[in-house]
Amino acid sequence: MLGLNKKDMTLLIVVAILTLLAPFILNPFPVDSGMAQFNAGYPDLMQRFVIFGILAIGFNILFGLTGYLSFGHAAFLGVGSYAAVWMFKLLSYNVVPAILFSVILAGLFSVLIGYVSLRRSGIYFSILTLAFAQMSFALAYSVLSNPKFNLTNGETGLQVYADDPQILHRDGLPDVPHLFGWAMRDNFLELKLGGWEFTFNNGYYLCAAILLVVFYLSIRLFRSPFGLMLRAVKSNQQRLNYTGLNPKPYTLAAFIISGMYAGLAGGLLASMDPLAGAERMQWTASGEIVLMTILGGAGTLIGPVLGAGFIKYFENIFSKINDNVLHQWFSFMPDGMEDFLVFIVHPFVGKGWHLTLGILFMLVVTFLPGGLVEGGQRLGRLVRSRGKKPEDPKDPEHHPKETPHVAE
Amino acid sequence: MSKFNVTRRGAIKTTAAAGAGLALPTIFTSSAYAITNNPTGGSVTLGFNVPQTGPYADEGADELRAYELAVEHLNGGGDGGMLNTFSSKVLDGTGIMGKKVEYVTGDTQTKSDAARASAKSMIEKDGAIMITGGSSSGVAIAVQGLCQEAGVIFMAGLTHSNDTTGKDRKANGFRHFFNGYMSGAALAPVLKNLYGDDRKAYHLTADYTWGWTQQESIAAATEALGWETVNNVLTPLASTDFSSYIAPVLNSGADVLVLNHYGGNMVNSLTNAVQFGLREKQVNGKNFEIVVPLFSRLMARGAGENIKGIVGSTNWHWSLQDDGSKAFVKSFGEKYGFPPSQAAHTCYVQTLLYADAVTRAGSFAPCDVAAALEGFEFDGMGNGKTLYRAEDHQCFKDVLVVKGKENPQSEFDLLEVVEVTPAAQVTYPPNHPMFGGDEASLGQCNNGA
Repeated sequence: MLGLNKKDMTLLIVVAILTLLAPFILNPFPVDSGMAQFNAGYPDLMQRFVIFGILAIGFNILFGLTGYLSFGHAAFLGVGSYAAVWMFKLLSYNVVPAILFSVILAGLFSVLIGYVSLRRSGIYFSILTLAFAQMSFALAYSVLSNPKFNLTNGETGLQVYADDPQILHRDGLPDVPHLFGWAMRDNFLELKLGGWEFTFNNGYYLCAAILLVVFYLSIRLFRSPFGLMLRAVKSNQQRLNYTGLNPKPYTLAAFIISGMYAGLAGGLLASMDPLAGAERMQWTASGEIVLMTILGGAGTLIGPVLGAGFIKYFENIFSKINDNVLHQWFSFMPDGMEDFLVFIVHPFVGKGWHLTLGILFMLVVTFLPGGLVEGGQRLGRLVRSRGKKPEDPKDPEHHPKETPHVAE
Repeated sequence: MSKFNVTRRGAIKTTAAAGAGLALPTIFTSSAYAITNNPTGGSVTLGFNVPQTGPYADEGADELRAYELAVEHLNGGGDGGMLNTFSSKVLDGTGIMGKKVEYVTGDTQTKSDAARASAKSMIEKDGAIMITGGSSSGVAIAVQGLCQEAGVIFMAGLTHSNDTTGKDRKANGFRHFFNGYMSGAALAPVLKNLYGDDRKAYHLTADYTWGWTQQESIAAATEALGWETVNNVLTPLASTDFSSYIAPVLNSGADVLVLNHYGGNMVNSLTNAVQFGLREKQVNGKNFEIVVPLFSRLMARGAGENIKGIVGSTNWHWSLQDDGSKAFVKSFGEKYGFPPSQAAHTCYVQTLLYADAVTRAGSFAPCDVAAALEGFEFDGMGNGKTLYRAEDHQCFKDVLVVKGKENPQSEFDLLEVVEVTPAAQVTYPPNHPMFGGDEASLGQCNNGA
């Protein structure tokens, strides 16, 4: 169906179910329980899960298939956001032109950067993209935000003001980003079942729908002859050159597609929250995308989405646990014990969320080089093989080995 | 792979359809309900959004201490601090309108994006009715915009840019801290007394929103005295070495260097300037002087010896001897063992002011709270008589001009107050050109949905 084989179709359906039921899945704890701290099913975070998922899927098309490690992908995210906010300022708060323009502009931008950067490969390519991204950041942060020519509004971030033209805006339309009057920030349903609360947000479902479409596109791309060419680039570019094929158009195409995915994510970010800040383009943001992809499993279809969710969860949930919350958790213990436990846990939560994330990242990279996806596969194998006699494994010596990944 | 043909007719049809779609009347209706996060139980949740990581983490940590102290006092714990000296007496230590005050914290990372994400999670997940905090103008403006859209009150923390209550002012946002214009207006007469009215100033300015508004304000104030602005050089925010910017100052003929830098930037640029021997130099027959318009104790500590004798302005200092300041320093010192910074002071005061406004309004609805804060005059909060101006939601109060102390008694005793500039002298009309002119407006207050 849809040009997919059975396995891919199953994957797409599973992803669809997960995203559509996310408000339930991410809110497993009743609101009044102590565990409610770990609930992630509120609109802003769900939107971020999906948007950064899109970003990571796009990044994976470049990194996972061709092996080119771009260290400047955040630049496209930023360009997309600025493009979207400018559409809000000039046309109207409708998200359709904003998202379209952000994808187009990020595409054009990636043609430019890709054309130059792809003249080199390996570490030189990474450095070039990093340099371009930092340049974009500096431009957005101060150069293009001087009072005479204010394109980005610098540190404050580009936002919509009451005196902006908004030529398509009319009375009756909401003064926040909307899809034909359907405000992104509104919830169409707030469900209260017993102690549980579930929020169904307009913006989230728009993002989720777009995620499913681009996820489907990425599956098709992975399975297409074009995708095969990209894998060939990754496995041995020299060999490809000798056969008389020019890999450059393929890598450039992959770079542009990946840039457009990032632009789409940027446009969606701005559509959910109409502000574009320069720090979206900083090298730390680019690094975060690389982390997401590697953490989830580079080169796999679902991995990057998992990685994105994992990192965003830590950033938003763990950073909010403060000593006050810790004391509540451990309040059932004797006083000395309680203080001791708070003292132990304190460095790992709140402002220490980076530390926890770093430790987990190290563990994953060390023990599960294939990322979270490999963890899932191992678990799956374990469950399946239980109670059954282990089958004869394929002769490892006579099985074509995968080429080692460039990042390893 | 599938084929995708684009015909001229098809393209026109699609464009027409898209155009019609964009122009369509509202299909889905949205309507306003009651207020966002109206506290219905026995408690009310406030959101403290401060930088816990990044360049201003020190300020953020101090702000958080102040917030915890404020919550303790509001709930009747501790010695009550400024509740005893505050001119409004409606707060009685039973929380806010009988509801116990609870709080959630978040990390702004001093990034607009992260700050907004954190504030959003407080509003959407934790049900915070008010957001406060921040240690940078960019973040303050970004979060203020968010609170306006979401329909909650924003009580700004440390933010000094004119824009926060200037062109970016919002009906749901309030600032207690002073701003660049006030720094300029307060410093100018002192500078005249100290250095005379015939000076040539050279500005080094951090290249972002706050730096520009600050430089504009100081240049205007000093030029009104008769000073000449020789040059203004913008420095990238990420710079850590300012040597290359200091060298040209020596040959410019200027005799005053104004450093429009904050935090680590200021510590580095001041250190470079002192290392170049600027302070021992004689130019135009006068001693060369350095001015740092915005001072904080945390910055003074970073700059160490170099800060001695340097003049600047500050919002509040712990050595003030009025009852409010003494009460606050006492309860803060007893709880944490050292005196509070100006960031801690402004955050503590903002929390009490919010609680007081809710109680006086008898309602948590942002529009009612805003109305109670607008035009509110109060005293006993460490800055003397203060007015929350209705037109732009900026507090007007005395501004302190301070100087790096020559003989500090302790590691906290780094600044001495040179002059307390009265509020009248730093007051400006709400439509001042530096504050967005006539176009700047608060917009409509938003109760949320």
